[in-house]
Amino acid sequence: MSTSQTPLVEVRNLVKHFGSVIALNGVSMNVYPNEVLCLLGDNGAGKSTLINTLAGVHKPTSGDFLVDGQPRVFSGPRDALDAGIATVYQDLAMIPLMSVTRNFFMGREPLTGFGPFKRMNMDEADNVTRDEMHKIGIDVRDPQQAVGTLSGGERQCVAIARAVYFGAKVLILDEPTSALGVAQTSMVLKYINQVRAKGLGVIFITHNVRHAYAVGNRFTVLNRGKTLGTYTKDAIGIEELQNLMAGGKELQSLSEELGGTI
Amino acid sequence: MTLANEQKGSVARSDERLKKVSTLTGVLRRPELGAVAGLVLVTVFFLLTANPAMFTLAGVVNFMAPAAQLGILAVGAALLMIGGEFDLSIGSMVAFAGLVFGTALVVWQVPLSVAILVAIAFAVFIGVTNAQLTMRTGLPSFIVTLAFLFILRGLTLVGLKWASGGATQLRGMKEAVAGSPLAPLFSGDAFPGLFTWLAKVGVIDTFPNGTPKVPGIPVEILWFVAIALLATWVLLRTRFGNWIFAAGGDPRAARKSGVPVARVKTTLFVVTALCATLVAILTVLDAGSTDARRGFQKEFEAIIAAVIGGCLLTGGYGSAIGAFFGSIVFGMVLIGLTYTSIDQDWYLVFLGGMLLTAVVFNNVIRKRVTGER
Repeated sequence: MSTSQTPLVEVRNLVKHFGSVIALNGVSMNVYPNEVLCLLGDNGAGKSTLINTLAGVHKPTSGDFLVDGQPRVFSGPRDALDAGIATVYQDLAMIPLMSVTRNFFMGREPLTGFGPFKRMNMDEADNVTRDEMHKIGIDVRDPQQAVGTLSGGERQCVAIARAVYFGAKVLILDEPTSALGVAQTSMVLKYINQVRAKGLGVIFITHNVRHAYAVGNRFTVLNRGKTLGTYTKDAIGIEELQNLMAGGKELQSLSEELGGTI
Repeated sequence: MTLANEQKGSVARSDERLKKVSTLTGVLRRPELGAVAGLVLVTVFFLLTANPAMFTLAGVVNFMAPAAQLGILAVGAALLMIGGEFDLSIGSMVAFAGLVFGTALVVWQVPLSVAILVAIAFAVFIGVTNAQLTMRTGLPSFIVTLAFLFILRGLTLVGLKWASGGATQLRGMKEAVAGSPLAPLFSGDAFPGLFTWLAKVGVIDTFPNGTPKVPGIPVEILWFVAIALLATWVLLRTRFGNWIFAAGGDPRAARKSGVPVARVKTTLFVVTALCATLVAILTVLDAGSTDARRGFQKEFEAIIAAVIGGCLLTGGYGSAIGAFFGSIVFGMVLIGLTYTSIDQDWYLVFLGGMLLTAVVFNNVIRKRVTGER
């Protein structure tokens, strides 16, 4: 990523107060096309508030919010979606009892026919779903099978594929690997890399440094509502990153106590 | 590394297992499977025990008529249940709509078309009220509509006394609609010409004087079939159908994906109230009168038929055609027992038993379908 490019999304000195609570106290970050920006931070660092602000759920108290270099104010999640910023939350917004196809097109059903005979184009929906799943490497034998039959990793991939298919330019992934096993995690990470290669900007929120280091190009570390800094992959090692994220010394001593297993 | 391998191994294994099951799930995934199985079971039972007259044309029409009256309600209730809500006021709504319709015809003496419009207007109002109260208070629809079960029944009693001058019955509808061009749509039998001809050529049974034993198909059966087909089409093939499943499956997720959940649920409440109104119009014109006990306990029967038809009590899953079959099961048992030597009061026992079986069965199916672990 050359610095001459405009970032897809950029925030500078973002501040967010909830009453007397200061959730964000000067956060700066940006994401360029074709890169994975990892947002690292321990619990309470302000990750969720930042995501919700980027996704248009919260309005920032102060600070700059630029999309494609233009200052923007979102009045709701719809605005963010229209600007190409899609968020895949932890709960995925998927309904286990419904089929993969029905979930994939939920709220954006393709229509055919006219007047009172306007109906959902199930064949097209099934075909698109099968194709999109195939691209990820999930073999959906029958797109009419319920989402509940998919594994956690597959569901995560379907949710991401859905956001990509409907035109996201920036993808915010909220802890996509937090509840997954090893194989499932590598499947999701592989897919994140694929999405990046398509030219999207991915904001990958996690508190797992290993997962971040596996796919990230740059790392922004949040602590107590502030950015501690942004580092490119060649400028920082995995150990350093881990220490930075957890606030340094304490963790190091704890790690020694536990025999270096964290 | 070994961990990763193990994990991979288990993923591969579980995939194999899924593949093996998938042909079976294809059949099991149909929510109406239980209702069809029930219908087959009940049919076999009556073929073995009942007087063969039950399965002649006249016998079939005999049990399809009550099935249709219940079924129109059940299809509406099924859609609403899939949408994640209950309506316990449909039974009382039948009585209330009967009162409104009857009053319009007999007391205000308006034409049939106007009386129908008045009844529809009231139904829309009640449906929207149920929906708004449920949505705005965030209370379970179970409680809100339970209140309306009593409110509407009470209003019907009060209204009937007012309209009839003290009685709990209102008469004279048949005379009021005589000659109306709309009347054949809502009362009597369809295709009388066809049935006379069929009798003449000897395809169907006749009375000694040559008139067919079954003069035509009662219109409520046609309404029942048409509504079940329409509801199934909407549910499976339209955008609104997808929204119904989504609203019932997980309203939060649906809202996040841009589904207008409140609008969907309001429409469904109105649809159930309209179904109740249609049943009221059909039965009032059939009987020529309306009374306060009309539709009594029909809300429970409709919900049971919907559950037998595969609807989950938790919403998001079910079928309209399943409710169709569920209602036929009901009609068959209710009328079928009269063709046997079995005491008719077993009907209620059967009802409860059927409900229990269906709920247990549905739970198992749901776990199969979703691969719930």
